[in-house]
Amino acid sequence: MAVRKNQSTLTAAEKRAFVDAVLELKRLGRYDAYVSTHNQFIISDTDRGERTGHRSPSFLPWHRRFLLQFEQDLQSVNPAVTLPYWDWTADRTPTASLWGNDLMGGNGRARDGQVTTGPFAGGTGRWTLGVRPDTRDYLRRSLGTGVAQLPTRAEVESVLAVATYDAAPWNSSSDGFRNQLEGWRGVNLHNRVHVWVGGMMSTGMSPNDPVFWLHHCFIDKLWAEWQRRHPSQSYLPAGNTPDVIDLNDTMKPWNDTTPADMLDHTRHYTYDSTF
Amino acid sequence: MPENGHAATELTRRRMLQGAGVALTAAVGAIVLGATGPADSPAAAADPGAGDRFDEQYRGRRITGAPTAGAAGGAHHHDTGYAVQIDGRELHMMRNADGTWISVINHYQTHPTPRALARAAVDDLQGADLAPLALV
Repeated sequence: MAVRKNQSTLTAAEKRAFVDAVLELKRLGRYDAYVSTHNQFIISDTDRGERTGHRSPSFLPWHRRFLLQFEQDLQSVNPAVTLPYWDWTADRTPTASLWGNDLMGGNGRARDGQVTTGPFAGGTGRWTLGVRPDTRDYLRRSLGTGVAQLPTRAEVESVLAVATYDAAPWNSSSDGFRNQLEGWRGVNLHNRVHVWVGGMMSTGMSPNDPVFWLHHCFIDKLWAEWQRRHPSQSYLPAGNTPDVIDLNDTMKPWNDTTPADMLDHTRHYTYDSTF
Repeated sequence: MPENGHAATELTRRRMLQGAGVALTAAVGAIVLGATGPADSPAAAADPGAGDRFDEQYRGRRITGAPTAGAAGGAHHHDTGYAVQIDGRELHMMRNADGTWISVINHYQTHPTPRALARAAVDDLQGADLAPLALV
């Protein structure tokens, strides 16, 4: 069984294997499809219309399936690779090893936000942004400027304590665990991390920054943790909800996977620890 | 870059910016609306009506915004009822259920008005041009 590990515990060899597999998908021309798919969903998911990838109950199972597809793609390059996760409650500064030259590379420079260190720096010639919102083709970050602080462990605990998975109207104005984890309401977890990283992570093309996968892997882990703590609770809504993916509805773009199929992550992988 | 040049357009704007947008003008470069504090107290969102439009120079860029004519907006992926351009290129944007706005540039951080959203995008772009919507 594949084990997804905290990025801070990876060996040098594990970091290298992960980075190399990501770079290989980029070289093969397969990476940008993930950026494009994510952006297509994020710009078409609306609060008052059809919504699947974001601002809706299926935010969590959709991203679980999306990460699984990406992880399987990495494994087609190197079967030993699994997605690492970034616990931003613990590794919460720009000096964390996450931002080292052997993993994500560092912050963007002051002048134009361009990342100039690590394997994804524009100057390497191996990480040119094809699917992008503007004319700049290099990775940008601005750690901690869009918002000063990453969420704390106490803030995550407060969201994990919310017993109800999701609630009508099943969008960015909902109460419940999903929307507080996503961040449109409450202490703001997932959204805030995108803003904290800045640059490409603030945009609809956020998978252009490989830290997207490590961020969402931790969000996925927090969903698993919520399930562990609330065994009597389940995905909602259960059926007949217009514009919203019910428990047994298939999700675009795959059309063969339902939220029910995604509830038990241990069919595919485990995590190295509980939160 | 100079941030004056707002004066002329101040006269034409209507109720859109009478809230947090004014504060934003004084806080360029440190835009932290929406995503900083608890999100259950979002910045007050004005409701742009048919007369709410803007056309101004902001940090050397021309930003314009106006209501769109219903769902007939061809290039629009969905009917937001409003469209914003930066130097003539359309900024993909979306309205949240609470009335706040996001754009393809700031997709995880809400802004109270289309003008605040346009200014935030200009800040991020640092002189770069938006890609055509088709590429988005």
